[in-house]
Amino acid sequence: MWAILSILVENKPGILFKVTHLFRSRNFNIDSISVGITENPDYSKMTITTYGDEKQIEQIVKQLDKMIDTVKVEHLDEQKTLFRELILFKIKLSNANDSMEVNKLANAYGGKVHDVKKDSIMVELTATPDQIKAFEELAKPFGILDVARTGVAALQRSGA
Amino acid sequence: MNKMESMSGAKALMMAMEKEGVKQVFGLPGGANLPMYDEFARCNIRHILTRHEQSAAHMADGFGRVSRKPGVCFATSGPGATNILTGIATAQADSAPMIAVTGQVPVGMIGKDAFQESDIIGMANPVVKYAFQPRSAGEIPEVVKKGFFIAESGRPGPVLIDIPKDVQTNVEPMNFPDEFKIQGYYPWADPDIVNVEKAIDMLLHAEKPIILAGGGTIISSAFAELQSIAETLMLPVVTTFKGKGAFPENHPLSLGPIGMHGHAEANKMMSEADCVLAIGTRFSDRSVGTFEAFEKRLKIIHMDVDPAEIGKNQTAQIAVIGDVRVNLRVMIKLLLQRAIKKSEETPWIKHVKETKTYWKENLKLHPGEMGAAKILRKLRELLPKESVVTTEVGQHQMWASLFYDVIQPGTFFSSTGLGTMGWGFPAAIGAKVARPDVPVVDIAGDGSFAMTENSLATAVLEDIPVIVFVLNNSTLGMVAQWQRTFYDRRMIGVDQKSCPDYVKLAESYGAQGIRAQSMDELDKAIKTALSSDVATVIDIPIDPEEDVLPFVAPGTSLAEMILPS
Repeated sequence: MWAILSILVENKPGILFKVTHLFRSRNFNIDSISVGITENPDYSKMTITTYGDEKQIEQIVKQLDKMIDTVKVEHLDEQKTLFRELILFKIKLSNANDSMEVNKLANAYGGKVHDVKKDSIMVELTATPDQIKAFEELAKPFGILDVARTGVAALQRSGA
Repeated sequence: MNKMESMSGAKALMMAMEKEGVKQVFGLPGGANLPMYDEFARCNIRHILTRHEQSAAHMADGFGRVSRKPGVCFATSGPGATNILTGIATAQADSAPMIAVTGQVPVGMIGKDAFQESDIIGMANPVVKYAFQPRSAGEIPEVVKKGFFIAESGRPGPVLIDIPKDVQTNVEPMNFPDEFKIQGYYPWADPDIVNVEKAIDMLLHAEKPIILAGGGTIISSAFAELQSIAETLMLPVVTTFKGKGAFPENHPLSLGPIGMHGHAEANKMMSEADCVLAIGTRFSDRSVGTFEAFEKRLKIIHMDVDPAEIGKNQTAQIAVIGDVRVNLRVMIKLLLQRAIKKSEETPWIKHVKETKTYWKENLKLHPGEMGAAKILRKLRELLPKESVVTTEVGQHQMWASLFYDVIQPGTFFSSTGLGTMGWGFPAAIGAKVARPDVPVVDIAGDGSFAMTENSLATAVLEDIPVIVFVLNNSTLGMVAQWQRTFYDRRMIGVDQKSCPDYVKLAESYGAQGIRAQSMDELDKAIKTALSSDVATVIDIPIDPEEDVLPFVAPGTSLAEMILPS
């Protein structure tokens, strides 16, 4: 299963290294990671997405919790969580219609277009990983020249 | 003392350690830790010089396991620091409290590939409980206070403090705090009455219940509690190898260690049990064989201080998280309240006792005069029961598990998790520093002893008289046994050809060396060693072909053990 982990850590140097090292040494995989300072500058929040069966995910959470530098570790319930990832696509434009088609596609997914050139266009999309995947499939026929993504950010919904 | 007195980081380190009750440090000086070494001239902490940093770490480890207070080792930067890594990893694998203090190049040189620079924080990360690198002298008192707390609380482990040289020499106002906060660290849980109650019911409903005591039982000193529960509920007790001696091995309910080289009766009964009270164990592969075989049959009650151990290797029906001694005390109290006391005559206990008697009488032993069982039983016969025993790693270690019965709980220590050859002798030195009042013996093999034999210099010069008991088959015996068993007797890289001569080696260090080639000579040698005030090496030549049996081959279950034919 796919899991979103939210990890509150002390905002000190070297902790990202320790967290990622834990994944490596315990034979777990990081699917995506995003890290940023929280509203309180003493803490950072890491959002890590990973794959594993239920027992493996439980074990990852326990090992992360055991780390002295982690303050709070949560396995977020997808149904009760708002989660988004930002992705930038650079898409090839081969003929005159392509620009309009890509624009339509971006609009359909709530994306924005940037950097419109004669033979390429950039699309900025903020969506769930599934939606991003769907967009990617539709954009593939144009030719995807480059991609950069942020990793998932997630917050539990209020009252959930 | 004025709380904000100014002093160097090195002096603050020593003062902070004195406040933690540190009486000695095992170590080796070098360029990057000289300011700390200079402070030995001005403080009450004894320095014990080792000939290799790995041995310093093992000495601190041995001291820590026996005294249950962190042992301290010092090493310089670069190779000094990398040399103690094996010792740190060994302590981590066996949950031993330790403080390792390394020198580091000055802050401004870090990352410049300076002479004797190593990124020890990066290297040590997966094998420490925690690591600190103070970047200013003023941080040192709090770092030491936190370091000791982390090392000894909850599930103990090694803590590394890496101190850049300029941080050692800089003079800053120092505050020695009495209190501190570590936000993400909760080493203890409250007593878990609800789950202990459920555990009692599960044990009472089982037909063939058993206790599996692991190393956690020894770390939390839950000896009296374990014995009380075993006797009240009439539960036979097996241990892991790390838990060996958590329960007196001459007790009628004791079956000894299970595992790859477990006692036949212990493996048999573990294989038949229907409910296990597992105390402070991580169900390691060496202890339980294949997990599948375990899971099919058994109801598991798992007590452990480390929540991450619950469900890691084995799924438990009931989990009791917290210090095992605290929760065993809860169990005793609940048993008293419910007036539960089982009689001796359950069919299971009768069967257990018959099985035990059968294997005591029928396990085939080496026929020669100097077989491992005879040698270790002789040692047991002559050693006072309060003696502390460490082991090296290899065949002798497993023979010690099989044939050296621990009578007083908590007197047997071994590198069981990492399996570090060379651990036993320096660990014995550390143990003797912790317990100078009792004999300390390292049960050794020739291959393993060779790895840290230069600790003889420390034992002699620092007047720490331990006994090294070498079962010498001139071979890397355990490897040889696997080559005989699994590689069609192709013996590669195992012949040590009686080199060195351990009697002469001992003498060259100023220690006592005695060779024992018969049981009479062995008897005399042990008695001489026990009455001597100098470190003694007893060299006992044995048959290089003797195997350790029973043997549960890797990937098989305890029920499939290979027995002597």
